[in-house]
Amino acid sequence: MPAPIRLRELIRTIRTARTQAEEREMIQKECAAIRSSFREEDNTYRCRNVAKLLYMHMLGYPAHFGQLECLKLIASQKFTDKRIGYLGAMLLLDERQDVHLLMTNCIKNDLNHSTQYVQGLALCTLGCMGSSEMCRDLAGEVEKLLKTSNSYLRKKAALCAVHVIRKVPELMEMFLPATKNLLSEKNHGVLHTSVVLLTEMCERSPDMLAHFRKLVPQLVRILKNLIMSGYSPEHDVSGISDPFLQVRILRLLRILGKSDDDSSEAMNDILAQVATNTETSKNVGNAILYETVLTIMDIKSESGLRVLAINILGRFLLNNDKNIRYVALTSLLKTVQTDHNAVQRHRSTIVDCLKDLDVSIKRRAMELSFALVNGNNIRGMMKELLYFLDSCDPEFKADCASGVFLAAEKYAPSKRWHIDTIMRVLTTAGSYVRDDSVPNLIQLITNSVEMHAYTVQRLYKALLDDISQQPLVQVASWCIGEYGDLLVSGQCEEEEPIQVTEDEVLDVLEGLLVSNLSAAVTRGYSLTAIMKLSTRFSGVNRIKKVVSIYGSSIDVELQQRAVEYNALFKKYDHMRPALLERMPIMEKSASNGPTEIVQTNGETEPSVVDSKHPPPVSQPANQANDLLDLLGGNDVVPVIQTTVPTKPASAGGELLDLLGDLSLSGVPTPAPSVATSQPSFLLDGLSSQPLFNDIAAAAIPPMTAYNKNGLKIDFTFERANPNPNVAVITIHASNSTEADMTDFVFQAAVPKTFQLQLLSPSSNVVPALNQGTVTQVIRVLNPQKQQLRMRIKLTYTLKGSPVQDLAEVNNFPPQSWQ
Amino acid sequence: MMRFLLLFSRQGKLRLQKWFTPMSEREKKKIIRDMTTMVLARQPRSCNFLHWKDLKVIYKRYASLYFCLAIENQENELIALEVIHRYVELLDKYFGNVCELDIIFNFEKAYFILDEFLIGGEIQETSKQMVNRSIEASDMLQETMEEYMSKPAF
Repeated sequence: MPAPIRLRELIRTIRTARTQAEEREMIQKECAAIRSSFREEDNTYRCRNVAKLLYMHMLGYPAHFGQLECLKLIASQKFTDKRIGYLGAMLLLDERQDVHLLMTNCIKNDLNHSTQYVQGLALCTLGCMGSSEMCRDLAGEVEKLLKTSNSYLRKKAALCAVHVIRKVPELMEMFLPATKNLLSEKNHGVLHTSVVLLTEMCERSPDMLAHFRKLVPQLVRILKNLIMSGYSPEHDVSGISDPFLQVRILRLLRILGKSDDDSSEAMNDILAQVATNTETSKNVGNAILYETVLTIMDIKSESGLRVLAINILGRFLLNNDKNIRYVALTSLLKTVQTDHNAVQRHRSTIVDCLKDLDVSIKRRAMELSFALVNGNNIRGMMKELLYFLDSCDPEFKADCASGVFLAAEKYAPSKRWHIDTIMRVLTTAGSYVRDDSVPNLIQLITNSVEMHAYTVQRLYKALLDDISQQPLVQVASWCIGEYGDLLVSGQCEEEEPIQVTEDEVLDVLEGLLVSNLSAAVTRGYSLTAIMKLSTRFSGVNRIKKVVSIYGSSIDVELQQRAVEYNALFKKYDHMRPALLERMPIMEKSASNGPTEIVQTNGETEPSVVDSKHPPPVSQPANQANDLLDLLGGNDVVPVIQTTVPTKPASAGGELLDLLGDLSLSGVPTPAPSVATSQPSFLLDGLSSQPLFNDIAAAAIPPMTAYNKNGLKIDFTFERANPNPNVAVITIHASNSTEADMTDFVFQAAVPKTFQLQLLSPSSNVVPALNQGTVTQVIRVLNPQKQQLRMRIKLTYTLKGSPVQDLAEVNNFPPQSWQ
Repeated sequence: MMRFLLLFSRQGKLRLQKWFTPMSEREKKKIIRDMTTMVLARQPRSCNFLHWKDLKVIYKRYASLYFCLAIENQENELIALEVIHRYVELLDKYFGNVCELDIIFNFEKAYFILDEFLIGGEIQETSKQMVNRSIEASDMLQETMEEYMSKPAF
């Protein structure tokens, strides 16, 4: 068999291939030759063949059949063979292959070889790809070599030890003795790898960390020598002596000084020295400065040093080199939480970075800008950020829009400014705005009562311009539906009122319904808006027509809405004004928490919603979503979900027994089981009085039902329309203690003549320090007009311990049950 | 630590791959594909740092070769640039005005040099001269063998 072709020859040949197919053919031919050569167990050319195989492997072709050959090469006595063999092992074998363990013995022998370069090969291979088993077997050998005086081997052994520790952390202890005098070496290679080893040990074990703290003075000394020493040709990089070692030492100092005052103090001087003396014209110097800044920020440094660090970062921001600017922005982002004021000083530079051409820099600058926004700089910052939003790439727009909304919500100087900002975002980046911001915006708009006319006018004008951006269109149609009367009456104070007729408004809304640009959700919004306008506009016929047309729409959602609205016109027209009335103000208790509906006048949404339910609901969940839209997306989910109260009713049953056990000493009250219509209270004469008018339901004063241990429960009342025997009580639970009350459950029981329906609560966490309330609706049917009494049971968890309490509520105002 | 080092041409052809953590062939191929696509798509004057999964990728172009180094998140990017530069200097000293062809035809030597500079994702020697001396000495060992055999090893 002729000698296999040489490696360079093969490379040359393969490179002449003009197509992928030609290359594949050549390679297959050569692979076949190599395979047969392997079969012949040819020692002379094995090295050459494996080398060729490695080349083909790099081109992407399979080379697994060479794995065993690599092992044979490693076992050979020839240095050349070993060199290629170990290279092959590192490229083709890893711990996932079973054969790799066969290497262990060879490596062990080579670790004890007479030639240091062979030992070096073995150490390198073990340190790069040794598996846990191999590491366990050979750790002892590595430890021995760590103590040798041969610096060439010592440095490799140190990194090998690092790898062993990474693979088998339990073996860390055994390397401890060998670290004793590692730092007294003069050889930079050994110094560097020793510092890496010490760093690895300190990162993994707090005990080791404590043990090595005593090395701080020595490390400081070494660093000082590096800075102060003159030019050393061996380690010089652009005028700096061994920057790699300097950076590693700084990193180890960071770990050692982290929560330790003494160590931090010992390094203060050297850090200041490095920070001020390092040459900053080249990347090397800046690399060291960067590491220094990171160390200063992490340890317990004195404030002067911290300010110095932030100023260095500020200077970085002005550097011409993009990499340095990027690194500065990243570091500032990390420090902005802890050293906010210092970073604020560089705000204008940071904002300038928004205009940088580099994408990575822009993103960092945007994140940092949002972190720096506060009440003082909100106007200026927002101007810059909105300008950024206009001109940035699409990949940023969603994040930027969300950031703007958040910042505006927290720091808006005035409602008008807030609305304007939102308008600006919706019109410029409307299609990138996140879905959950639509309900949030609607809520915000609802709450700015005095801005309604201005808002609806601006939104209307925006719609005239562009109906493609769905979030904008949804918010706009909701507002027009709600405040359309303000729009046509032209009563805008903030700006020049526009003249709009009812027909024009309906044109726009109908346009949304038919447009191809509108998403299904948007169509739903506009249909509901049209319907709402039936109580705000004078011309109802057009609306009736639209609604009846969509009663046969192929979109099921629209059809359902239209059919129900139609029913509203036909059968329930007397309810229509109340149903489609202006929304009450929604109070937000927490920024994404459950909302609490404060009753202003008229009906509350719950009762409205319930009475709307009589028509058969095919998809309750969908219906819930419909109504959520109607309500502007506030979280009154619980009310809609419960048509069948489950647990509360049975809970009422349990408690009713307890109610029977009530010791009613002193006050002569009727026993609960007595189903007479003769309450013995003084007010029984009033029971035949005319029924309380539902419109004046607001006149029932609220009361505090329970107030103990920081938990306060208030009851507010309304009459359900149309059933005057039903009292609708909303409980408001608030918590004045310092910790949240979780797993909060409210249960109530009433005497047998009453019927109780307990709907789902808004949440079962009562936030601490009165930051929010949990609301729950109770409907009490009281056909016999008896005095309302209630037993309530409260369970919650406060600071980890469960709390349970029973109480009786007797102080109901008379109007609530009459 | 460093996770991997890749060298590839402007057409995306791989010239060197060094992995410091165990990975399957399929994963390696995917990473190579991802890296080449990402780095080759970068604008000419952008900064040299990228984010990929939980790693920082530092890349630099020298003539027709891209050097792509992935480091863990807590590492210093600026010094990583210096690591790449140091490796190029070592190659340059060894080959004398190194170019892509040198690395193509002598890929095994490029690996040997790398293995004298880095082990297990960390730097083992910070002195250029020391690395070069070690390589030359190893080469000598090999040559002696070749003289003995009176034919080139491969």
